[in-house]
Amino acid sequence: MAELAQRKLRIATTSLAGCFGCHMSLLDIDERLFALLERVEFDRSPLTDIKHCGPCDIGIVEGGVCNAENVHVLREFRANCKILIAIGACAVTGGLPAQRNHLDLGLCLQEVYVTEPSLGRGLIPNDPELPLPPDKVHPLHEVVKVDYFIPGCPPSGDAIWKFLTDLLEGRTPTLGHGLIQYD
Amino acid sequence: MNARPTFLLDGVEVPFDPGQTVLQAALAADRHIPHLCYHPEFRPHGSCKVCTARIDGRMMTSCTTPAEFATEVESDTEELNDLRRTLIQMLFAEGNHFCPSCEKSGDCQLQALGYDLGVMTAGFRHLFPDRPVDASHPDLLLDFNRCILCELCVRASREVDGKDVFALAGRGIDKHLVVNAVSGRLADTNAAITDKAMEVCPVGVILRKREGFNIPIGERRYDKSPISEQAAQFAPRRPEAPRG
Repeated sequence: MAELAQRKLRIATTSLAGCFGCHMSLLDIDERLFALLERVEFDRSPLTDIKHCGPCDIGIVEGGVCNAENVHVLREFRANCKILIAIGACAVTGGLPAQRNHLDLGLCLQEVYVTEPSLGRGLIPNDPELPLPPDKVHPLHEVVKVDYFIPGCPPSGDAIWKFLTDLLEGRTPTLGHGLIQYD
Repeated sequence: MNARPTFLLDGVEVPFDPGQTVLQAALAADRHIPHLCYHPEFRPHGSCKVCTARIDGRMMTSCTTPAEFATEVESDTEELNDLRRTLIQMLFAEGNHFCPSCEKSGDCQLQALGYDLGVMTAGFRHLFPDRPVDASHPDLLLDFNRCILCELCVRASREVDGKDVFALAGRGIDKHLVVNAVSGRLADTNAAITDKAMEVCPVGVILRKREGFNIPIGERRYDKSPISEQAAQFAPRRPEAPRG
């Protein structure tokens, strides 16, 4: 722990099948970001634009798994991060993207790209560079081992701050009334 | 009053009246034992198992076990709360509980218990079942995705309304709530918005139309204080007494 206290902890963050609302909530810790940055430094993250995750202490992943690229990114995070945190309803439960899970994927694509008149061209996208979607959207813990979960859509800045400070201080993170929320 | 018999709940004496169950006596004494399918105005059901306590060493549902003199009841222990968390996780994984879009969010007992017990994830593999909603009734919406099979609407419709609008059908994992009409649609029953059955749902299955989000998220029942601090409001009362 002495060694940990001396060097800055390295954190990576990413959004898979998410809306970046959880990242916005992370920014909602406002001026406490300065206190956080005295303790941590960021690896791969929308805040740094680093493209691949290197060895890290903590990985924070927003969004569920809705395509093949999400699986690769999530596995890269798991392989590199000592502690992996699923943040937000989508990462924890599948969330909004998972609302398609009881529908047939082919019929979904048909409805959106062919039947729906507003798109006009009536073609299901088939560029080979597009990552393929699995038949269901999965929460993170169904694909890799997840160490901690922060529910909420999104969790509040206060909840994220409480969770991270607990973790950085070596306490078991707990949220309690008003901070734990599923909506 | 000193003559009332007592039992020990987590080491503290709880007085009871003969005929009361352990849960009823505890709630009347403003002591909370987590529970879901119990409702103070209905005969205890004992199906959700969330109120399970160790009563004189044996695991019993406290909502159905009669209170007895000098018994020792353990409820607020790490072991029992872990089991309760698992039950709640299984309910979340079994249905489609998408809180961010639910009108009942903040007023939902399943959600409030999850908050109170610190359930951070459903943990299990989500089943994502296909359960279409029933919007056929002019005043009411049924969203079966959120059903936890507590049978409160079934009991209320049968015992209070005398209508038998709802029933549970199927076995095991296939058990589900059905509407008692040949078409299966609520519009084809004599259900009315004033029925008792339409106000007892602890989750977001039975919803009144045109009332959505009258009370904003953040100002709802369990936003104000945890469900465990509202124990007295769940205390047994006579059916004719005003509802809190």
